[in-house]
Amino acid sequence: MLRRVNWPAVALITPAVIALLAVGIYPLLFVLDVSLRQYQLTKPYLGTDYVGLQNYLSVLNDGLFWGSLGRTALFFLLAVPAEVVLGTLIALFVDGTRCRLCSAVLRVMLVLPIAMTPTVTGLIGRLLFNRDFGLVNYLLSLVGVEPIAWLGEPEPAMITIALMDIWQWTPFVALVMLSGLALVPQDVRESGHLDAGYGWHFFRNIQMPYLLPGLTAVLILRTVDILKLFDMVFVLTRGGPGVSTELVSVYIQRVGFRIFDMGVASAQAILLLVLCIVLSRAYVRFFYRQIEA
Amino acid sequence: MATLSSSSAKPLSTHHAPWMSHIALVLQAVAALALAILILLPVLWMVTTSLKTTVDTFAIPPVLVFKPTLEHYEALRAEGAVFRGLLNSLIVASASTLLSIALGAPAAYVLARFNFKGKADLWFWIISNRFISPIVVALPFFLVARNLQLLDSHLALVLVYLTFGVPLVVWLCVDQFRAVPTEVDEAARVDGANLWQTFFRINLPLAAPGIAVAGILTFIASWNELLFALVLTRAAARTVPVEAANFMTGFGIRWGPMMATGTLIVLPVLIFALIASRSLVRGLTIGAVK
Repeated sequence: MLRRVNWPAVALITPAVIALLAVGIYPLLFVLDVSLRQYQLTKPYLGTDYVGLQNYLSVLNDGLFWGSLGRTALFFLLAVPAEVVLGTLIALFVDGTRCRLCSAVLRVMLVLPIAMTPTVTGLIGRLLFNRDFGLVNYLLSLVGVEPIAWLGEPEPAMITIALMDIWQWTPFVALVMLSGLALVPQDVRESGHLDAGYGWHFFRNIQMPYLLPGLTAVLILRTVDILKLFDMVFVLTRGGPGVSTELVSVYIQRVGFRIFDMGVASAQAILLLVLCIVLSRAYVRFFYRQIEA
Repeated sequence: MATLSSSSAKPLSTHHAPWMSHIALVLQAVAALALAILILLPVLWMVTTSLKTTVDTFAIPPVLVFKPTLEHYEALRAEGAVFRGLLNSLIVASASTLLSIALGAPAAYVLARFNFKGKADLWFWIISNRFISPIVVALPFFLVARNLQLLDSHLALVLVYLTFGVPLVVWLCVDQFRAVPTEVDEAARVDGANLWQTFFRINLPLAAPGIAVAGILTFIASWNELLFALVLTRAAARTVPVEAANFMTGFGIRWGPMMATGTLIVLPVLIFALIASRSLVRGLTIGAVK
């Protein structure tokens, strides 16, 4: 069967496709090519010959790379569960409160941290967590805690970047959960209150099924965004002290643009891309199976 | 506030005595206030620090009432770099937003209106750019831009920002065009309009508010971007987040000018975010929800 091609429609969609091929796919092919080469910008005399999978092998044997992935996982575990729990609680509060003014004002406020420039979030972190005059140490001093060198010690630095991430992204979780709660039909809500009261049972049996798709979305996006996370951490700690807060994207940036080993950095970037795809696929499979079951 | 209690919808605790529900309402208002303070405090702390003298900045306990000064903003204006950065950011973010709309809106219209083989795959491919880490794109883009002498140019940034701008516009605008009834298209066709006329003269104006929101979100994303700007610019095209990050290098942090820069960066973003607040979450969940 011959299909008639709708040329005007093709003409409308083609520019976007060409643009994304040029700025999306071409760089991917390029980075794949570079990842198979010796490519050190600071040593041009070495040339840029193909070296097979050598870059990948050196990445897989690179303790710093695995370390950066481990730190990224730790950061995820520090930030995301807190964001999910707090965000869900905030959503339940905003959805359930009888104070309509509170609900309306909070819905507006929750938008602000999400839109904040992450670079500026990092600057604010520097200010609030400053050892000598930061607000956090001052508030802690009121309850008798000695000043903490938040950005000078490995563990406190990790906690600092996690806290700033929690500040910025808990409202996002809350708003996603709120849009889930808005889908609970009014009659289900009312009969649910009769059957299950107002506490845990109502949440577990009536509201939670409507929150699961949002939870999946949040986990996918937070995973991907934490694997991407660069700006806030770069400004707040530069990965330091030492490499204690050097998350994977910060590390790849250092290898690529401060050590200028493009071959190895490209291999790391490819591995990161594969990880992103595998994880988001896994989430979708796991959670949608849960929902359908 | 307390007067709208008993009969109105969504009671949390109708089975208690009325005075108890009034107390509950007050407690809820207190909780809401605490939450609002927690959300706003970091931003307010930055803004007030930008208006404090250096002496007040280092004061312990922190001074809450002080005579505001614009000295740090004056210093930034005298030095020029941050204001040049703001201008560069404005140029790059506006251009990449307009280009993203010009490319993305027609594509979204076709995806919303036509069925063709491979449509789902094409749509998924466009959206999947959301999942690609910018460092993956930054490495090759840097090498290509270096070869083409495009480092430190607005153009390189405008082009690389399409990697998130076009998917975002497509994602948001497909919804917009789906909301325009197909009867409108059919009526236009009966009147002899071709597809382009139907799109440009009828659908585009009808979807304009939604496209504007998509534009605002693309602008925010471009304005906020640091990694590409850090890697692809040197001096002339440096955007304002890069200028802000540069305060962290060298000895002795200049807190006042740094916080003034932060304030100048987020001011337009926060205003835009409030305008587009209802679509912000939709924009951010690109690709992860139906």
